[in-house]
Amino acid sequence: MPLLDVQNVTMKFGELVANRRVSFTVEEKSIVGLIGPNGAGKTTLFNCVSGLCRPTEGTILFNGENITGLKPYQIASRGAVRTFQVVRPLKDMTVFDNVLVGAFLKCSDNKRAFKKAEECIELCSLGSVKGKLAGELSIGGKKRLEMARALATNPKLLMLDEVMAGLTSTEVKESVDVICNLRQSGLTLMVVEHVLEGIMSIADKIVVLDGGIKIAEDSPERIVNDDRVIEAYLGAKYSQRYKSEGRVH
Amino acid sequence: METFIQVLIDGMLSGMVYALVAAGLCLIWGVMDVINFAHGEYLMVAMYVSYWLGFLANVDPVVSTVAAGAFIFMIGALTYKLIIRFTIGKPGLVALLATFGLAIFLKNLCMNQFSPNFRIMSDTWLSGKTLHVGGLIIALPQLTAAVLALIVVGLLYLLVNSTKFGWAIQATAMDREAAELVGINTERIYILVFGIGGACVGVAGGIMPSYLAVHPEVGSMFGLIAFICVAMGGFGSIPGAFISGLLVGVVEALAGFYIAPVFKYVAVFGLYLAVIFLRPKGIFGW
Amino acid sequence: MVGRSVELKTFSSRDIAWLAFLALLVAVPFIPAIAANSFRLHVLILILLFASMSQAWNIIGGYCGQVSFGHSVFFGIGAYGAGMAVVTYGMVPWPGIVVGMILAAVVAVIISYPCFKLSGHYFAIATFAIVEIFNRVFLVWDWVGGALGLDYPIIKEGIGNLMWHQSKVGYYYIALVIFVIIFGMVRWLEGHRFGYYMRAVREGQETAESLGVNSTAVKLIAMALSAAMAALCGSFFVQYNLRVDPPMVMSLDMSMKFVLITILGGAGTLVGPLLGASVLIPLQEYSRAIWGGLGGGVDLIIFGILIILMVVKQPDGLIGIIRDVRRWLSKKRTKEEL
Repeated sequence: MPLLDVQNVTMKFGELVANRRVSFTVEEKSIVGLIGPNGAGKTTLFNCVSGLCRPTEGTILFNGENITGLKPYQIASRGAVRTFQVVRPLKDMTVFDNVLVGAFLKCSDNKRAFKKAEECIELCSLGSVKGKLAGELSIGGKKRLEMARALATNPKLLMLDEVMAGLTSTEVKESVDVICNLRQSGLTLMVVEHVLEGIMSIADKIVVLDGGIKIAEDSPERIVNDDRVIEAYLGAKYSQRYKSEGRVH
Repeated sequence: METFIQVLIDGMLSGMVYALVAAGLCLIWGVMDVINFAHGEYLMVAMYVSYWLGFLANVDPVVSTVAAGAFIFMIGALTYKLIIRFTIGKPGLVALLATFGLAIFLKNLCMNQFSPNFRIMSDTWLSGKTLHVGGLIIALPQLTAAVLALIVVGLLYLLVNSTKFGWAIQATAMDREAAELVGINTERIYILVFGIGGACVGVAGGIMPSYLAVHPEVGSMFGLIAFICVAMGGFGSIPGAFISGLLVGVVEALAGFYIAPVFKYVAVFGLYLAVIFLRPKGIFGW
Repeated sequence: MVGRSVELKTFSSRDIAWLAFLALLVAVPFIPAIAANSFRLHVLILILLFASMSQAWNIIGGYCGQVSFGHSVFFGIGAYGAGMAVVTYGMVPWPGIVVGMILAAVVAVIISYPCFKLSGHYFAIATFAIVEIFNRVFLVWDWVGGALGLDYPIIKEGIGNLMWHQSKVGYYYIALVIFVIIFGMVRWLEGHRFGYYMRAVREGQETAESLGVNSTAVKLIAMALSAAMAALCGSFFVQYNLRVDPPMVMSLDMSMKFVLITILGGAGTLVGPLLGASVLIPLQEYSRAIWGGLGGGVDLIIFGILIILMVVKQPDGLIGIIRDVRRWLSKKRTKEEL
């Protein structure tokens, strides 16, 4: 049984269809990359899974349980926790307190929660700024805070929404390392990325969205050679040229 | 049936004045996202202006309403310059509490200077005069105030929606920085908006001594009712504030007559809660 | 509105300072300069009462970020609970206090549930409306004494009737107990899960929800707690004044006072309400004593100007000023060391 099973999810905003009958699965202890060009409906799909939007149609199973239409906090407490693409630090609280809020989800007594928060802060290398107000962090720091906070909830499935966007290539490498470590510790990850360089090397499976429709679901190696994916990313005209040039060489 | 229509008409007349008081507040709220808690006190000050002009210089309220409007225009502009300017960009609560301080200040200044006594203007042009239409009795002072209110709200609506200045106001309301980029002096717009918002309530306050006693507490309830009208109408919508004003006036009159006078405000505030729970952004809000 | 906390908050040097301060408060009635002057003791009692009341408001308004202008309703329910027990039913006030607190919490939850769906100004105005409705209904409701209110009979003084006629020392200690209960509770909340959840909801409701926090439940519980504590303060207020009528307790001005004291001191901080009350209450009482008899309103004119200045210049409150001074001092010190 897959940990997350998205079945025929359609999300409409009035006339606009952001997702049309999207289905895919996330196996336990794997890393699944969700990619696609801008406006492909990645974040909307994420919002559906995390409970921020209620899908117009379709079913989402988490750990075998139907979580369609549950509230975000209910989904989070079942173990599917997300980060936000546009970072949302709890500004007037310290970095440590931010992470602590996450840690309190599974540890009700202070001691364990504090220990969990410390761990996650170290893991995301925020140790040097943990007493700072979250609003004062750099953008990279805020992205790491998003991750530390979500990690502190001890999730089964961690959903990362573009944690690498806007980072320098060293920072991307750091994030990739963190993600690999997390998988080794038994976590399942679903990662939305616009930038491919980071995710392609570590994902077990890539799901590609374009115009709200799933156009491919396969291993990274196959995805990079998939005609439809190349077309989605480069446009039909350029993909033809790309292919014809490929034949020449 | 005749009684019912009579009550309805009385309600609509006071509703139009509420609409005018609310329209000024609505403009300020819509453009600056500020609740001016001293709005009711502006009304009270305007009533005193009109009263003293009548008492000292024998000017009738119908005439002094212009002076009251101008005076409150200046007070509004001054409020912006001295207080509101510093609260822009801070949490909405800051401006609300600061204007609450202003309300306390104005109320007690008048209390201190003019005593808490009720002051009534007698033998004005309109006082005590009535129109008889069929079996209905329409009080002339209230009718005049209502007509004046209708005219001023109409002018305000035209100003905001079909003049160049109005478009500049709307642009500023939508996005201050963008408005500045296209060359609008938003600081000036803010001052003028606060002034015009004040002038509306000033005009209303100017005419009211024709039929209402003046005292330092008179503004508080009008201020609260104006908040209700604006919030019920929806964020910055002048037609919304106008319709809410009428609705509040009618509900107040009906509840006051058919239930008990003390319940008229309970009905009005209850109406607000009922509307806002159904439409959290007001009738015309989005 | 900043609530800073860096490390484990079970017990800190700050708490030792608080305990020392409490010890001082216990000793206050024995200081001759105060014991001999009942007006000074009166001012101190009011400071403790309004600090406690504002702290009750601070739970929902400061920590949880839901700025309610409706708290005079809960304050009033508490006042009427005690008042009716004594005046209407001829009992001791205690059962009335308990019933008042429970009733205030229930009313708070019922009212707040729909109100929490409103945002910003719409929420604020809804809470104004609720105060006005309660005020008017209580004015005409004969069962609670209507516009005349409830006047206490002269009965035996002492802790049983929670009433003293000879000296104010008894009231002082009761006010101190309430102060300790409410401040202690908020101090405890600050360091525990619920306290962190309240602040998370204030800083970002969606973020809190994404971390598994049921924000509606957090807000409702905080509101219920806050209302119950407000009712406790209200019941003391009526025992102290020995009468109650609707404008005295259930008015917008009263609600505003709680908000102002907290904001003036520093919302969302433990010490804020005490700081605010220590400044506003003496100002109100002494200016009333000095100018009150003359041209009425001078005290409030000054009060109004002060509010404007304070809110505009330092929205973080007195605690913000203290923080700035500290920062300035430490900067100066590091400069000297260099």
